[in-house]
Amino acid sequence: MAFKGALVIDTEKCKGCAVCITGCPQDPKCIALSKKVNAKGYNYLEMVNEDACIGCASCAVICPDGVIEVYRAKC
Amino acid sequence: MAKQLVLMKGNQAIAEAAIRCGCDGYFGYPITPQSEVLEHLMAERPYLTTGMVVLQAESELASINMVYAGAAAGKRVMTSSSSPGFSLMQEGLSYIAGAELPALCVNVVRGGPGLGTIQPSQSDYFQTTKGGGHGDYRLITLAPASVQEMYDFVELGFDLAFKYRNPVAILSDGVIGQVMEKVMVDDYKPRWTNEYIEENCPWAATGHRSTGKHRIVTSLELEALKQEAINDRIQAKYRKCEEEDARYEAIQCDDAEYIFVAYGSAARICMKSVELARAEGIKVGLIRPITLWPFPTKAVKEIGSRMKKILSVEMNAGQMIEDVKLAVDCNIPVEHYGRYGGVIPTPVEILDALKKMIK
Amino acid sequence: MTREDIIKPENLVYKRTPVLTDATMHYCPGCGHGVVHRIIAEVIEEMGIQDNVIGISPVGCSVLAYNYFDVDFVEAAHGRAPACASAIKRLRPETFVFSYQGDGDLASIGCGEVVHACNRGENITMIFINNGIYGMTGGQMAPTTLEGMETVTCPYGRDPKIMGHTMRLTEMLAQLPGTYYVTRQAVYTPAAARKCKKAIRQAFENQKLNKGVSFVEVTSNCNSGWKMTPVQANKWMEENTLKYFPLGDMKVDGKFDPKFIERVGTFDQPNETIFSLRKK
Repeated sequence: MAFKGALVIDTEKCKGCAVCITGCPQDPKCIALSKKVNAKGYNYLEMVNEDACIGCASCAVICPDGVIEVYRAKC
Repeated sequence: MAKQLVLMKGNQAIAEAAIRCGCDGYFGYPITPQSEVLEHLMAERPYLTTGMVVLQAESELASINMVYAGAAAGKRVMTSSSSPGFSLMQEGLSYIAGAELPALCVNVVRGGPGLGTIQPSQSDYFQTTKGGGHGDYRLITLAPASVQEMYDFVELGFDLAFKYRNPVAILSDGVIGQVMEKVMVDDYKPRWTNEYIEENCPWAATGHRSTGKHRIVTSLELEALKQEAINDRIQAKYRKCEEEDARYEAIQCDDAEYIFVAYGSAARICMKSVELARAEGIKVGLIRPITLWPFPTKAVKEIGSRMKKILSVEMNAGQMIEDVKLAVDCNIPVEHYGRYGGVIPTPVEILDALKKMIK
Repeated sequence: MTREDIIKPENLVYKRTPVLTDATMHYCPGCGHGVVHRIIAEVIEEMGIQDNVIGISPVGCSVLAYNYFDVDFVEAAHGRAPACASAIKRLRPETFVFSYQGDGDLASIGCGEVVHACNRGENITMIFINNGIYGMTGGQMAPTTLEGMETVTCPYGRDPKIMGHTMRLTEMLAQLPGTYYVTRQAVYTPAAARKCKKAIRQAFENQKLNKGVSFVEVTSNCNSGWKMTPVQANKWMEENTLKYFPLGDMKVDGKFDPKFIERVGTFDQPNETIFSLRKK
């Protein structure tokens, strides 16, 4: 059974540490740091490869600031 | 067991009073001359009867921080030590005052500085009444002059600690700690229930968030203006305490021309000196401060201002004399007589010092 | 399937636990403290003990931990969290009590308190974040700083001849009879973080048994103190720290793990690899 995932990222609370990106098992990665910055001046996280996301939550479980919400649906 | 008259040491009276007044926990470390407090508690095993926790900690540092945390959880907790150990507790006392927590600490003073002697002294007056630890805080300080007062001041100490949410010290010494006297002990009072604490100590971190939000006990505030506001609140409590809770005893002061000012065991000795002096026709009285902080400034000023001279009798090199001088605004001559390093003055010695001052 | 089709309440698999407050943590980007805070909060949520738990925060980077957990908290003096936790647990035995300390707080200034709390077998959970450095005060040497590692108070690398050896406090504590569960975990990969959560859950569950201290060391990073990016710091930790501080259980259910016993025999080996690595 295949899964498809989606992330809701609290971009204002993201500190752009990029630790989550190393956690993403997909190649190419589903997530990357934006070229834009948030109010605190951090390049925040965004989804760049939405189709590849399987909703494994690996990014979320190593996010130090708990800014990633993960959804997963069967498809 | 109802009220009864018993013979016991001052240190034992502290322990017995703790058990009987509903104290929740004692955390301490052995040091002469106060080890009987812990010994008595361990022998009585109140954890089997009243449920009071008794723990011999690994150090005075641990003891005072256990007291800090126990108080933070809304419990009536205490420790006891003697001078070198009490020095180790100063950081913790500052935290307790800073976090506005109620706690009771007994110091059965011995001679210093350093490891000093194990004999009685009053050389920790400055440390106890002027702060001791860091920051703008005060220790409410009770000075017992008898074993009965050692007993009574435990409950009084807890009452004042909870009234002001501030640490209270019982500043005793090796004489009062070690001497045996008769004591009237009270009936056992139950410890506060957790429900009572929940209702009456909304500041306490009980774990239950019963005020609807999480409770934090801390003495940290990184914003200077907020820290100043906290200090303002603490200082307001101290002004109220000075107003309402300065205690003293005046003995034969009405017709006196001279007075001794002395506390604790020095006051006990001075009582005899007053008797000896009066037998020789010298009109002398005694003011015995019971709270050393707040110092009974008003009383010393009022009574002291009528005197020709004042003799501050202390078992130290001259510490309380500063507060006596401030009380009378230096309008009346104040002299000091003291023995220290563990030496206890005799009534005759003090009488001689009085005569020398009068000349 | 569109994004909107997926983002529906029934498809939610991970969200920030409400046991954490909304406050933004002051930790540097990528700091392990945040992950461990989140894991503890999730464990508290899953066990349903939010209204029956008291945390003790230390002095150091995590001094403000009390702002991030929506549970009752007491902030301890530097190094004294184990003494505080001991007192609270004894006075309120019905409550889950955990202390949270860094390596400066626990292994240096508070070494006495942690050893004695463990030796008394206090029925508490201790969380120990070991990043080998003093973060809050600006990156000074800690007892846990690796040999050869550079900090602002050992700018030429830690020389054990002058500065003492890298301290494996957790291994010491495991040997005390008062500890019931002792483990070393990490949170630098999703797998490690999931494992760490299991360990912390176990450490909290153990309080129901009243059998002694449950101690979880989390080997972590300090990218600011180490002067690396968060991703580099995690990699460096894996290649260096974890060689000296190997992950895994040391004691489970009061019994030594056989692998741990095997390992303690090798502790007198000098850490040449790291020393030479940092010299370059």
